Amino acid sequence: MDLQTTIYLVVGLSFSLYIGIAFWARAGSTSEFYVAGGGVGPRINGMATAADWMSAASFISMAGLISNMGYGGGLFLMGWTGGYVLLALLLAPYLRKFGKFTVPQFIGDRFYSKSASTVAVLCLLTASLTYVIGQMTGVGVAFSRFLGVSSETGIYVGMGIVFMYAVMGGMKGITYTQVAQYVVLIFAYTVPAIFISMHLTGNPIPQLGLGSNLVGSDVSLLQKLDSIVVDLGFGQYTTTTAGSTLNMFVYTLSLMIGTAGLPHVIMRFFTVPTVKDARSSAGWALVFIAILYTTAPAVAGMAKMNLLRTITPGVVTQNTDVYAADSAIEYAHRPDWMQRWEKTGLLKFEDKNGDGRIQYYNDKTTNEVAKAKADAAGWKGNELTVNADIIVLANPEIALLPNWVIALVAAGGLAAALSTAAGLLLAISSAISHDLVKGVFNPNISEKGELMAGKVAMAVSIVVAGYLGLNPPGFAAGTVALAFGIAASSLFPAIMMGIFSKKMNKEGAIAGMLAGLSITLFYVFAHKGIFFIKGTDFLPMIGGANSFFGITPEAFGAVGALVNFIVAFTVDRFTPEPPEHIQHLVEAVRTPRGAKAVDGAH
Amino acid sequence: MDKSGEAYWKATLGLLTKILLVWFLVSFGAGILFVDLFNKIHLGGYPLGFWFAQQGSIYVFVALIFIYAKKMNDIDRKFDVHED
Repeated sequence: MDLQTTIYLVVGLSFSLYIGIAFWARAGSTSEFYVAGGGVGPRINGMATAADWMSAASFISMAGLISNMGYGGGLFLMGWTGGYVLLALLLAPYLRKFGKFTVPQFIGDRFYSKSASTVAVLCLLTASLTYVIGQMTGVGVAFSRFLGVSSETGIYVGMGIVFMYAVMGGMKGITYTQVAQYVVLIFAYTVPAIFISMHLTGNPIPQLGLGSNLVGSDVSLLQKLDSIVVDLGFGQYTTTTAGSTLNMFVYTLSLMIGTAGLPHVIMRFFTVPTVKDARSSAGWALVFIAILYTTAPAVAGMAKMNLLRTITPGVVTQNTDVYAADSAIEYAHRPDWMQRWEKTGLLKFEDKNGDGRIQYYNDKTTNEVAKAKADAAGWKGNELTVNADIIVLANPEIALLPNWVIALVAAGGLAAALSTAAGLLLAISSAISHDLVKGVFNPNISEKGELMAGKVAMAVSIVVAGYLGLNPPGFAAGTVALAFGIAASSLFPAIMMGIFSKKMNKEGAIAGMLAGLSITLFYVFAHKGIFFIKGTDFLPMIGGANSFFGITPEAFGAVGALVNFIVAFTVDRFTPEPPEHIQHLVEAVRTPRGAKAVDGAH
Repeated sequence: MDKSGEAYWKATLGLLTKILLVWFLVSFGAGILFVDLFNKIHLGGYPLGFWFAQQGSIYVFVALIFIYAKKMNDIDRKFDVHED
């Protein structure tokens, strides 16, 4: 069977599975729509959380980024997993005990204020919408590359599929489809990694393979990789840090806090039956996430190795000198996968010194030895650019794996994007139908009416997300920083103070949220433009790029969170204590006994 | 909050502090601040600091959540605030 037919078959099978589940798990009540009836076991919920969390970015982009960054890429690995420890310890069990449908509802009730819940709705909508645009774009890209349809058609198909199971099934449909999607995506990620690890190191477990010796040699894979990249003028793979140690520290912390504060992840813990289950479910979620996240660094390092030896065939096993005249491959004899990816524009070759061979090295190196060698060899600059996003997608092709593995990766990428998009859409629609329609505009709406409002809100969000995916506002890539920044600087501190401080009052919480949010927006907009409009950045005003102790805007969320805490506690000291019944509410939230089924009553 | 309620919350905070200390040490400590020091030691083909940043801290995080869930259930029972 040829590659294209195999891909159609595998992707088609996975889609019919999702739709079948959607028919089986239709939602009949608001409780089923928002929290799957509150009866999802901790393991199943953990698996669904993992699929919800691992987006197209985790699946497609992360390993590529690590491959380029080396050691510094660890900030994604630690940041996006360490957040679950915070979530399990500081938020999930208490929010489950509180027992309501949405995050803004907790903030509104705990801080006895409609304004607080409205600020929370705003934060939630901004964070989730910016995030969902990226997912829809990812769906379009994955479809167009694998199914040979246009990116637009891809987005329409993706919208249709999500519509079917998310609108019909709500949280219930989404949860069970996400379980199926997790299975698809984790196989798609690990199977090629096992093949490649086996091939390079003889060890079938990628996590161990990365720390093993190369086949037929007594040099470890990482040591060899270090020596080749240093020889080519890049930074050493195992030690190159992301910016500075301080930036890496703050960046990691921001991702952790942001992860714990993202509403579509928090919401998943409303679906388990008990407080006890909420605690262990976070652990199960992390187990399922860790399978992918501990494989990713192996994929990253091994893909780098395979790329280097595609370009200089003898470099790994025969210690070929990369600078020798005839060691790099001739462009005319490049492998098929390079030709395929050149068509997408994500892989580019330009023969700068006209020798017909591919030179891949760091032409801006400060390493004098490498520079001298490159000059002596007559190299005129780096000739190959490889987009980080193709590392995972092209990995099976680079390693010459069979067609069904490539098809599986296609289905996995789509599963990752669709499952996250569905989770985000649910967070958006519940904020609109439950917190805005029922909470603010029409408190007397019937359950049937609210369920309908939820479904309509979901349908509208899908169309909006699809439209923005088709016409990305030019800032889609930069906005992940914003989503995490908002979650870290506004939502996480507010929820945490609501649980851990009995005396925190509404003035403190609102001032804290607004302060954390505005300082984060200020720093991000200074770098990327006001609302990401080109040309409106104001870097000189804050003293140049990364002027705050060299911290990049992506890493600023933790600083925003700190500001939030400081402002909240300061304002709290000068304003009246929260009423008695709120302090009792906090006490009740802290103890598990008496946890009821989650409901939506205001 | 009554006496036993206060003691329960104190026990909870004590557990959280211990777990978060380990959480901090494996990721920010071994993986970032003292990475160079740890890289002098090797774990198979892995420099140890690099291993903590890209593998080890994730394994420890998983273990931490399950230890927390287990200990927290014990505390719940001890203070008689567990569910059902």
